[in-house]
Order: sequence, then C-alpha cells, then structure tokens
Amino acid sequence: MTEDVKSTQTLDVWVAGTEEPELAPTDEGAQEISADESETRLDEQFGRVVEDDYVFDDDADPEERMILNMGPQHPSTHGVLRLQIELEGEIIRRTKPIIGYLHTGMEKTGEQLTFAQGGTNVTRMDYLAPFHNELAYSLAVERLLGIEVPPRAAAIRVLMTELNRCSSHLVALATNGMDIGAVSMMIYGFREREQILAFFEKTTGLRMNHNYIRPGGVAADLPPGWKDDVDAILDELPKRIQQYDDLLENNPIWVGRTRGVGVISAEEAIAYGITGPTLRSTGVDWDLRKAFPYSGIEQYEFDVPVGGHGDVYDRYRIRVVEIEQSLRIVEQVMDTMPKGDFRVDDRKVTPPPRGRIDESMEALIHHFKLFTEGYKVPPGETYVAVESPRGELGCYLVSDGGAIPYRVHIRAPSFSNLQALPITMADSLMADTVATIASLDPVMGDVDR
Amino acid sequence: MATTAPGNLLMTTVDKAARWARTRSMFPASFGLACCAIEMMATGAAHYDLGRFGMEVFRASPRQSDLMVVAGRVSQKMAPVLRQVYDQMPDPKWVISMGACASTGGMFNNYALVQGVDQVVPVDIYVPGCPPGPQSLMHGILTLHDKIMKGEISN
Amino acid sequence: MSDEHGSPEAETVGEATVLERLMPEQPVLRGLFERFEDVTWELSIDQDVARVPNGRWLEFGTATKEAGFEVCVDVTAVDWMRQRPERFEVVANLLSMQHRLRLRMITTAPRHEPTVASLVPIWSGANYPEREAYDMFGIVFDGHPDLTRILMPDEWEGHPLRKDFGVGSVPVQFKESHKVS
Repeated sequence: MTEDVKSTQTLDVWVAGTEEPELAPTDEGAQEISADESETRLDEQFGRVVEDDYVFDDDADPEERMILNMGPQHPSTHGVLRLQIELEGEIIRRTKPIIGYLHTGMEKTGEQLTFAQGGTNVTRMDYLAPFHNELAYSLAVERLLGIEVPPRAAAIRVLMTELNRCSSHLVALATNGMDIGAVSMMIYGFREREQILAFFEKTTGLRMNHNYIRPGGVAADLPPGWKDDVDAILDELPKRIQQYDDLLENNPIWVGRTRGVGVISAEEAIAYGITGPTLRSTGVDWDLRKAFPYSGIEQYEFDVPVGGHGDVYDRYRIRVVEIEQSLRIVEQVMDTMPKGDFRVDDRKVTPPPRGRIDESMEALIHHFKLFTEGYKVPPGETYVAVESPRGELGCYLVSDGGAIPYRVHIRAPSFSNLQALPITMADSLMADTVATIASLDPVMGDVDR
Repeated sequence: MATTAPGNLLMTTVDKAARWARTRSMFPASFGLACCAIEMMATGAAHYDLGRFGMEVFRASPRQSDLMVVAGRVSQKMAPVLRQVYDQMPDPKWVISMGACASTGGMFNNYALVQGVDQVVPVDIYVPGCPPGPQSLMHGILTLHDKIMKGEISN
Repeated sequence: MSDEHGSPEAETVGEATVLERLMPEQPVLRGLFERFEDVTWELSIDQDVARVPNGRWLEFGTATKEAGFEVCVDVTAVDWMRQRPERFEVVANLLSMQHRLRLRMITTAPRHEPTVASLVPIWSGANYPEREAYDMFGIVFDGHPDLTRILMPDEWEGHPLRKDFGVGSVPVQFKESHKVS
C-alpha cells in the first residue's frame, strides 16, 4: 500500500479521486494512515518540513489550476467588481476583471438633460469625488461657451475640490486599512470625513453628489462663517493624520503586508494609461494640477508626493501626504479668497438673482428660459481634464448647437486604472489581491458609469 | 410588552419574545452598490453609530444575515445577482431599499437600470434620498424594527 | 493645450497664390504632420486635433507614439447619424508627458460594418476604452485582443449609445410624458 502512494515532493497533498485505479472500489485507500513510519514521512505528517517558496512552485500541473470567482457581492472588492482568478494553489496566475455591474447609462442620460442639468448626472459617476466630476464637466461647457469664471468662483472651486480630495483619500485609507485588517482605520477615516461633509452640507446643501459647481461658476456663495469651519478642519485633520501614521506607518504587520505587494513598474503604468497616485507611486512625477493647471490652482504652493517602489505601501504614503498638501492649498485659498461674484455675469448663462425676478420682467423671462429650455451652446468639441483623487478625470463634450449636449463622455480614471489589476496580480498570493485592489482605489461608479 | 408578576418574573408570549430578539440584533448583509453604500458605511461608523442597535457587523455572507439593505443603483447585469443573494438568505429576512435609485430607478430612467428593486425582491421599507443621509437610513431601520415589534411585518 | 496657431504656407503658382494646408507651429507636432500628407490639422478651441483617414489610423498612431505621445488617455466614439457623410467618429485623446502636449486624433467609420484599426498594439491602455466603444456603438476594432462586451451583459442586443437606440425610459405615474406610447 505504501509503495502505491507516491510522494514526489515534501508537501504532497492528497487529492481525492486520484488514487491508482488498481485499488478495489471499496478500498478506502489513502484515507488510512500510511503504514510507512519512516522519519521523513512522519516529519511530513507532523508538519515539521515546510516548503516555504510557494511562489516558485513550478512542479504543479497546469491542470490543477482552479478558476475562482470573487464578487460581485464581496466585502472587499470596493463595490461591484467581479474577478475571475485562475489559481494555482495560493498563487494567482491570471485574472480577468469583469465590470459593468453598476452600468447606469449615464452618458445616454447626459444626452437627455440640458447643460445646466448635466452636473447632476455627472456628479454621481465618481461618487467619492463628486466635485471633480462637476468641475471637469463645467470646465468643458465653459470652454465651448467661451466664458471665464470670476476669480472668486475659481477659488471656491479649488477650495471644494481640494477638500473633496481629502475626504476621498480618507475613505481610501479607511477601506484600505479595513481590508488589510486594521479595522480601526475605518472608524478613523469616516470620523474625519464627517467633519468635512458637515462643511459641504453647510455650503452646498448635500453631503454627497452636490451639483454645486455648475457651468458659469458655483451654485451659491460660501455661507457666512465658513472660515471658522475651515479653520476647525485645518486644526483637527493634521492631528488625526498623525494618529494614522502612528498606527500604520512603521507597523511591522502593515509594512509586511504592503511592502513589495502589488508592484507595478513605471513603463507598465504609462503604457496602460494609469494616472493618479498609482502612477506617482512608480516614480513618475505627473500631476495635472502642475502640468496643465486649471481653475487658478497655479497660484497656490503645494508639493506633489512621488513614490519609488510602485507598491501598496507607497500608494498609502502618497495618499496621506496628498491630504496634507491639500490642506496646505485650502489654507492658502482661505487666506487669499478674492471678493466678487461667485458666478459669471452673463445673463444668457447665469440665472438672475431670485430677488430680481419680482422686479424685472426680463429677469423673469431669462429665469424661465434658462430652466425650461436651457442655454444653447455653440457647436464644437473639447476635452478637459482635472486631477481627481484617482487620476486624470476628463470630459469629452460635443455640442451641435442645441440646448442639450450631443455627446458627453467622461474619461474615468478608475476605468483605466483597473487595467493594472491583471498585471499586478499575476504571480502574487491570493491574500495580496485585497491589498492591491484597495490600493488602486477603484470607484465602480466611475468604472461603469 | 410583558407583565411583571411579583418575584421578578417576566411573562410574555413566544411570539413577542421572538420579535424582540429579531429586532435587537438584526445583521445586515453588505449589499452596497454605489453612492448610498458610502452613506451606509458612514451610518455604521462612529458618528452615527449602528452599533447601538446591534447592527454594526455587516455580514459578508448572506447566509448569516437577516437584513439586506440594497444601497445603490441596480443595473440589469446586477439584478440576477441581487436575486441570488436574496434567495441565499435564510428566513426571516427583510429588505430595505435605500435611496432613490433602489426604490424607483431614481434619476436614471433608462435602459441600464432596474426601475425599482421591488421588481426583483420584495421590499419592506423604502428610504428616499439621493443619497439618504445616515439619519434617514437609521429612521428607516428603526421603522422596520417598530413594524416587526408590532407584528405588522411577520415574515 | 497649446496656444499655437496655424501658419498657412503659401506658394505662388503663376499669378495666383495657392494656400497650403495649415500646420501647427509647435515643432513636435509640426514634424508629425509633415510626414503625413493626408492628415489635416485643426484647432478646436485651442486644442490640437488631427483628422486621420481610416486607413492611416494605425500608422499615424505609431508615428505619434514615436514622436513622444506615450499615453493614450482615452478612445471613444460619437454617432453623427445622418448629419455627416460617415456615421461614426472615433476619437483618441493622446498625452505627451515629456513635451506637455495633448493631441486628439479623430477618424471616421461608415454606417455599415464600422471598422477601425485597434490602437492596442501601440498603447496597451486603449484596451478597455475600445471595448467600451464596441459595446456602446458597435464599432469593430481590428486587432483588438479581446473584443467583447464590457459594460452591458454579454447577451445584450443592440448598442446603447447609438442615436437610434432609445433611452429605454419607463412611463412615470403622474408625470406628463410624451414618450409614452
């Protein structure tokens, strides 16, 4: 009996159904304890011989590969992402992400809504960074219209988008931490986010999906006393970030699980069109706020963190430093906020102030036309990109001269960043999948639109 | 709910006791899809704490949960998955449809979305909003608790 | 976004002056356009656009990559229905990090069996965007490694973003809707 059981490797896993065919049908075969009590055999059975190099297990038979389905309903896939993973033991050989489980037809809906309503549609794509979606769309519409927003509107836009970058990175850190096991990060991240969301609610009326940045400026002016709220955020957040660093930065478990995991090289990242913190973690210094500045952001001083290793740890550090840099920008905006109009003074685009509607017939007519028909945008096409927390968020807008866009296409950063998944996950362990996905920070609303 | 007899003795019916137990530790299955999922996570986080109702554990496996909060827009591709997860939950189970997109399709009245998740699973509570703030979601959950306690929803 | 404006090269033929094609002044772009006679350059609200004939799509793409456009940011399509002679426009947005330039390549595809060469051999990042353009418009990309539906379910029929595919809205109670039958 013992001669029939071939042990070719030190870790020979018995697989049911692979016994030699000479065994009688009722023979329980390898379920019996092997009578071979040689030293090596006992060592194996007691686990004293451990083969550590799983990654280089080239003796495994390709037919032993198993295809595992992860998602779409899964606690760690950051939304409805489905992964088909071809596993060889614990090592991943191939991955295929399957998306489309959140496809909402937003680009089709965008062709039914007017230019002013388009913001409500676009803002729900990347729902963690709604201001950035709105900003890309508004900048594209303004380019087609040929109007410039007043400086105060541009400064308010910078303020809101940079605060949004903080809140989005906080969610990324929270979920990243929770997925890897630091469950308290979830509580920390959302606790800080509540403060920022309270400010958003005060200014825009909503905690998320604000529809605040509109073509022509912003929807409403900042509320009185906003400086105190922003001051409070600027006081609290750096101390809390210090708490995260205390928990994670030199934590051997964290470092062990994130250093060298999910590595992507700079050439691969550029070839796949990956942008944002993922690209910067590979050492490429590319940030749209510095390369193609928009909305007056070039007046503010800030640094762009760049990593060197291209792994999960670098991306986590980059996000933390980006929060600090964004707070630096917010402080400068707060100190230098220009006075003036919060939206452009063009009567054909901007609705008149509500008080004027009672006084002037013309204002009433303008208001009526703007909200029922919408303003007409001259024909043309343009592409505008902003730096969202995930990368380059662009809006390709085509107008045929009417009141509704002919084609609204949003270049989603998470959509392109997801192409990095198969290459980062190949030949890595199953447990690293979760860390890698969390570090790429995909938002499925952005991916599927 | 119970009448106290002398001697620190509580008397009740099995029905009422079962209802009390069911509401006091309802485990939600995580079915966060889109923006509403973030608000659901915020409801479970420290500021608006779902843990005080015994619900902060979002079970990953539907077999261990009794409440499914459909948070977000359900696309045509996702509908069979939704139904499968619902079927995998053991009785008694309840469904809260969170947000405008889950309740009626929301602002996306188009080819890609199921116009209301009640076309796929039976819904007990609808929570409106886009997205509903944590207070709204908690109000919906507590209303569900109320209804179960009063026996309006038997399931 | 470059703010170079075109300089028409004029050539005197006999007594008349024949205006040659507009060329960008930016040296990298100029070198690119000089190599391709049939590709027109235009400025679309201060953004450089190259109109490429369908047959030269891959060649021009290779040349732009060699000229320094390392990143293909996006590939998408527009359905012009009957407004243009060729129904579909395929748009590729390119980015050059070393030169800090953006370029947009636009080509056309006919109404029946629209086909365009795939840019995946040049830029791997065009993979998912081209699949989305196929899914939404039905444009076939020649040479794409895996041209399957990406956003819609696999068995879906029709291409949603075409203009003759309806929105698919359902009638809403109490809302006056002329889309109802």
